[in-house]
Amino acid sequence: MGIQNGQVPFAHLINATFGTSLHHFGWTVPAVLAVALTALIMVLLAFLIEKLVLQHLVGQEPIILFMATIGLAYFLEGLGDVMWGADIKALDVGLPQGISDGIEAVTGQWFGYGFFIDRLDLWATLIAAMLVAALVAFAQYTKQGRAMRAVADDHQAAMSVGISLRFIWVMVWSIAGFVALVAGIMWGTKSGVQFSLSLIALKALPVLMLGGFTSIPGAIVGGLIIGVGEKLFEFTIGPMVGGATENWFAYVLALIFLVFRPQGLFGERIIERV
Amino acid sequence: MKLTLAALATTMMVASPALADLIVPNMSYRTGPYAANGIPYADGFADYFTLLNERDGGIGGQLVQVPECETAYNTEKGVECYESLRTQNPLVLNPLSTGITYQLIPRISQDGIPLYTPGYGRTSAKDGSVFEWVFNAPANYWDGASVAVKHILDQEGGDLSGKKIALVYHNSAYGKEPIRTLQELSEKHGFELVELPVDAPGQEQKSQWLQIRREQPDYVIMYAWGVMNQVAIQEAVNIRFPMDKFIGIWWSGSENDVRAAGAGAEGYKALTFHGVGRDYPLYEDLQTHVYDKGLAAGAGDQAGSVLYSRGAYAALVIAEAIAKAQELAGTPEITPAQMRDGFEALDITAERMAELGLPDFGAPIALSCDNHGGDGLARVQQWNAAEGTWSLITDFIEPDAEILDPLIKEDSAAYAAEAGLTARCN
Repeated sequence: MGIQNGQVPFAHLINATFGTSLHHFGWTVPAVLAVALTALIMVLLAFLIEKLVLQHLVGQEPIILFMATIGLAYFLEGLGDVMWGADIKALDVGLPQGISDGIEAVTGQWFGYGFFIDRLDLWATLIAAMLVAALVAFAQYTKQGRAMRAVADDHQAAMSVGISLRFIWVMVWSIAGFVALVAGIMWGTKSGVQFSLSLIALKALPVLMLGGFTSIPGAIVGGLIIGVGEKLFEFTIGPMVGGATENWFAYVLALIFLVFRPQGLFGERIIERV
Repeated sequence: MKLTLAALATTMMVASPALADLIVPNMSYRTGPYAANGIPYADGFADYFTLLNERDGGIGGQLVQVPECETAYNTEKGVECYESLRTQNPLVLNPLSTGITYQLIPRISQDGIPLYTPGYGRTSAKDGSVFEWVFNAPANYWDGASVAVKHILDQEGGDLSGKKIALVYHNSAYGKEPIRTLQELSEKHGFELVELPVDAPGQEQKSQWLQIRREQPDYVIMYAWGVMNQVAIQEAVNIRFPMDKFIGIWWSGSENDVRAAGAGAEGYKALTFHGVGRDYPLYEDLQTHVYDKGLAAGAGDQAGSVLYSRGAYAALVIAEAIAKAQELAGTPEITPAQMRDGFEALDITAERMAELGLPDFGAPIALSCDNHGGDGLARVQQWNAAEGTWSLITDFIEPDAEILDPLIKEDSAAYAAEAGLTARCN
């Protein structure tokens, strides 16, 4: 966003410190190039994260890594705030929005009432499906993908067969950055680019509990179950109980799974050998 | 050890503001998910006091200090802010959060520090006979609900029987505030009320807007904040809900809320209890004494926006109350208790507003011992997407006191019973 509009990063900090009045570089960048540049920055960021944070945590418990990333999230959010300011920026990358007339007309003929399907949602589905297919293919069939899964299983075992932890971590963070970029564009198109977007990530927790923390298909199926389930529940049962059930539903479902199947739908059964 | 403590005490005394200054803290949120709204409000609030200090040498010859405390719109942090600000002897607090307000009411009542919550907070705090230390003039949430319905009545030629009005609200203490009022109003005017809560933060509202599409209400009233606003307006555009029948409370009516939806938001309406834009004489003074001197708060790019205006208006009312308190006390150095008396004797007339450089900006405010909320007048503004401006489309509308007064009495009596208070002002 900032890149696209030629905004000077840290403009108001610089202005406050040096008494200048910088705002924009005076150029704008086409959306495609801005996305490409952002992807590049994500790779750079991945490299820095590996160098400054993860390198020092090799061989630690997963929970330590998890907490480190949460800290990192707070840090990045603050940095972004300082860099670009907190105002809400409208984002238009050319994705269509609003009701799909075609679907409404066709379903109107079939059922007597038109279905409301947002064109942005159709695009989001398509893009998400493509992304999932690409990521699954990457993880299953490429050398780097397999190495990535090996690292996820066990750092030391992975290193012992000659996998470079540094390279994998940079790669994983680059991929995460890319996925976040796509998700950010989709959500940003809807609500504008703003710091509330970070709250969406919290929804990932019940999805992961449901699907199983160690499984990629689990995350996908879990996401679908929670996504479809909470909407249907809110729409059908919600009005009877006063509504606003979506977050509640997601976590209750995850809770039920934790009780009866702690490893999630597709997670690996945890076997502790003494 | 003793030496360290003594040194510490000395530093603290040096660090704390001079005792003679008037302390009006700015409990702001410049970070976190709600920063986009917190920043303009905090800037307007601070800039108005900077203007008074620079132009008039403060109020009654006393400089105003505006220490800022970051709450991030988080209730726990807000309470922490209160605990740290309390030691500086503040005259009044304005936390800009209903959640923080509810937490602070018992505390400030104990400590005797006025709380000023314009347009938010606990509605029944309007009843000064119970809520001695809380002021919420010029308008509260129930006033807003009533004014919205009155505007709809105007649009429909005075008859709402058989109509359907949906309330889309933030599922929190704030969003639930208008429900009771709207239920009473629906009985009085014969419209059907559909209540649709949205879970915080409000990024996902597809099911609610699907229900709106199914129920086909004639009007939608919205009580939202932060990202819920942008998403709701976008979803309304998506289902092609007529924008001029979509009315937000004043917290759903800033530039931030409509811009993301682009041209689709054209015609969206929101309530407001003050004017908007820079077309007031006050801005000439702000330009000379604040902006040109490089003293503007924050990045200095918010002047004239809806929430900047609201922050400045809150500061104005506080400044007038301080002046009144000084007049009553006969001294420029006032205590929080004298500040409360200043609020209760507050009388800001239309002429006074013009004198202050804001003609026709806000409705007159006259408070008393038992009226801490003013008359609750509000007007309707409408968004012009092409020009990116709000324009006021009605005059100030009076809320329905016949419905509201008994509700306020009922709620404040319940609070008094719970807190074991006896009514004052007799």
